[in-house]
Amino acid sequence: MTFQTMITQLGQGFGTTLSIFFLTLLGSLPLGLLVTFGRRSKFAPLRGFIKFYISIMRGTPLMLQLIVVFYGPNLIFGLSVPSNWRFIAAIVAFVINYAAYFAEIYRGGIESIPVGQYEAAEVLGYSKSQTFLKIILPQMVKRVLPSVTNEVITLVKDTSLVYVIGVVEMFTRAKQIAVAPDSPGIVTLFVAGVFYYVFNFIVAWVMERIEKRLNYYQ
Amino acid sequence: MKVLEIKNIKKSFNDQTLHVLKDISLSVDEGEVVAIIGPSGSGKSTLLRCATLLTEMDSGDLIYAGNYAAKNDENGQSVYAGKEELKKIRSLFGLVFQNFNLFPHYSVMKNLTDAQICVLGRSKEEAESRARSLLEKMGLADKGSAYPCELSGGQQQRVAIARALAMDPQILFFDEPTSALDPELTGEILKVIRQLADENMTMVIVTHEMAFARDVADRVIFMDGGVIVEQGDPKEVISNPKEERTRQFLARFAAK
Ligand SMILES: Nc1ncnc2c1ncn2[C@@H]1O[C@H](COP(=O)(O)OP(=O)(O)OP(=O)(O)O)[C@@H](O)[C@H]1O
Ligand SMILES: [Mg+2]
Repeated sequence: MTFQTMITQLGQGFGTTLSIFFLTLLGSLPLGLLVTFGRRSKFAPLRGFIKFYISIMRGTPLMLQLIVVFYGPNLIFGLSVPSNWRFIAAIVAFVINYAAYFAEIYRGGIESIPVGQYEAAEVLGYSKSQTFLKIILPQMVKRVLPSVTNEVITLVKDTSLVYVIGVVEMFTRAKQIAVAPDSPGIVTLFVAGVFYYVFNFIVAWVMERIEKRLNYYQ
Repeated sequence: MKVLEIKNIKKSFNDQTLHVLKDISLSVDEGEVVAIIGPSGSGKSTLLRCATLLTEMDSGDLIYAGNYAAKNDENGQSVYAGKEELKKIRSLFGLVFQNFNLFPHYSVMKNLTDAQICVLGRSKEEAESRARSLLEKMGLADKGSAYPCELSGGQQQRVAIARALAMDPQILFFDEPTSALDPELTGEILKVIRQLADENMTMVIVTHEMAFARDVADRVIFMDGGVIVEQGDPKEVISNPKEERTRQFLARFAAK
């Protein structure tokens, strides 16, 4: 196997890594907001349920959650699953896991906003939803951005966990290549590491740009 | 015409154990400037918060220009009007906070126009022209594109006053508008309020600035322990108080 082929094959695996990464963010960033609402709800049973869900997501390994989501529907409920279930299960597990983390970050952000902001909006006649969307949410986004960046960078590395349910992304691909008889061997893993590093470098750069753009006020 | 009528407000905290307002009644005429003075913890802010619907009172009537925001039921408990009615009533008053509470992510201009547009339904042009004339009046004509964090405390408070005025309230409340400011910035805010008084703006001002209250207010109310102890002509109340408690409070001030 030439170095060229190795790169191409890793690149294919990297495609899967990217899909997991972007689909997870697409699902979990907004879902996290809904979870925050549930967590802050006045309705105690909903609040209790969300608290429980968050504690499970944070208190058990993501690897275990992947296994449960992948095998659960069939083993526990006897459901037949679609042929691309491996990939779907991976996305579902990642989305509900990351949504829980994002929800707690958002909650911290919302609760750090001074009560005077709500009161000023209320006296001016803003409705509850206007107050949230126009006054609270934009300030929350700025406050939570550094913590969200941390999670996003963790996510890049977490994507490699999907190997436990047999989804082949870049890292799994690299391990396969490394042990193949005529491969460049251990160098493959090193190259995979470079892929992750460069990707994370870009992610960090993008997040920094967003943070800078929000620095127009203190 | 009474802009505001408050009848027999009672309010307690901590499960009815802390009685903060004990049967307070107060009405404010159009164009009148009322100053409220009193020691810390006497319930001045709570009274303003009840009047501006930020805190629900336990008992009493609250009436703006004849519209009931809250009315006692047969058990003597305040029952608030419906959502739509309260929304209408909220547009009748404005409140200026001690610590400004400007929206930090909005420019000065947007702080002044946003509520005009999304609450009053004014057009952007209309809202901006109203904002510009208020900024000019506040001596901040060049600050429209600045953000609150770029302004001094005195400038921020003037923006907050302009933001409240932009909604064209019939009555404006101030809760210690100068207390968060350095002494040298206090004057610029008092000057603005004085100017509003000259224009016959109806105002209720909680303040510790006795000289200002005496000069600008039409009436001074001295509160202590959740009741109105004494009220009347500012020169009378401040220079020649009848009640012992008022005298003690003012003596402490003179000593400072
Ligand atoms: N939300 C609340 N919960 C419990 N107690 C409260 C609450 N708000 C106010 N109090 C209490 O009510 C009393 C009156 O408070 P208030 O803020 O109205 O006084 P004030 O006259 O404005 O004082 P200051 O001059 O210090 O501003 C205080 O004892 C205060 O601790
Ligand atoms: Mg107060």
